[in-house]
Amino acid sequence: MTVFDIVKSFELKIRAGKDRLHEEVTGGYASDLLSDVIAHSRKGNIWITIQTHPNIVAVATMKEIVAIILTGGREPDADTVQKAEEEGIPLLVSPLFTFELAGRLYQIGISGMSPC
Amino acid sequence: MDRTENNILFHKTFHIEGGNFPNAGSISDQVKKALKEAGCPNKVIRRISIATFEAEMNVICYAKRGDLSLFITPNFLKVVVDDEGYGIPDVNLAMSEGYSTADEKIRELGFGAGMGLPNIRKNADEMILTSKFKQGTHLEFVIYLDRQETQLPFE
Repeated sequence: MTVFDIVKSFELKIRAGKDRLHEEVTGGYASDLLSDVIAHSRKGNIWITIQTHPNIVAVATMKEIVAIILTGGREPDADTVQKAEEEGIPLLVSPLFTFELAGRLYQIGISGMSPC
Repeated sequence: MDRTENNILFHKTFHIEGGNFPNAGSISDQVKKALKEAGCPNKVIRRISIATFEAEMNVICYAKRGDLSLFITPNFLKVVVDDEGYGIPDVNLAMSEGYSTADEKIRELGFGAGMGLPNIRKNADEMILTSKFKQGTHLEFVIYLDRQETQLPFE
């Protein structure tokens, strides 16, 4: 499944990185603590968060996360959009809250990592 | 430095400004690029990127300024960070997961979860942390290039 498939399935709004939606999604991670995402997300993951500031792009770039979904209809800061465009990280917005979106992603086959 | 000092293939020092949140991640990004150019294995690059990002964030969150130096040798990578700032009153406490002195502003950004130093320790093969309260902190960590059997958790 690609980022584009997820965008289509959930009618996500694209705020940055529209040319990078072809990437394959390996799984998902949901957290608003950046160190937690750094520690536990995996390459190719899609990341669900309510953080909207530019540092989320730095984390996504470093961890090779294929897209960030902001939940609860939160919009990214202007400098976050700019940075995401520069780094080629798709920045997506969903009106759903984190728990609901994570559940729906799981239903279509996007899973998280088990700790053991 | 030890006897391998003469074997340094690459050395670069980056300046980090305390409180500069908009640029956070730019140093670890440059370190990552330097290691890619040097042909380091991806796994090593992943580990050092995480440790460097956390170290960079610590300077941004808690210090006035700092310098981060990267050393590449044939056998290991080393990062040394010296900052001027508040320092750490109790280094052992700071190393325990979940402990943080971050203020509300830092926590709202999703930092200050008390995971930064433990993340560095998990990703480095060796780590030294010393601090003088109200003066600054010295951190160094090493990742060996010739001992890559060390597994990250969950990998």
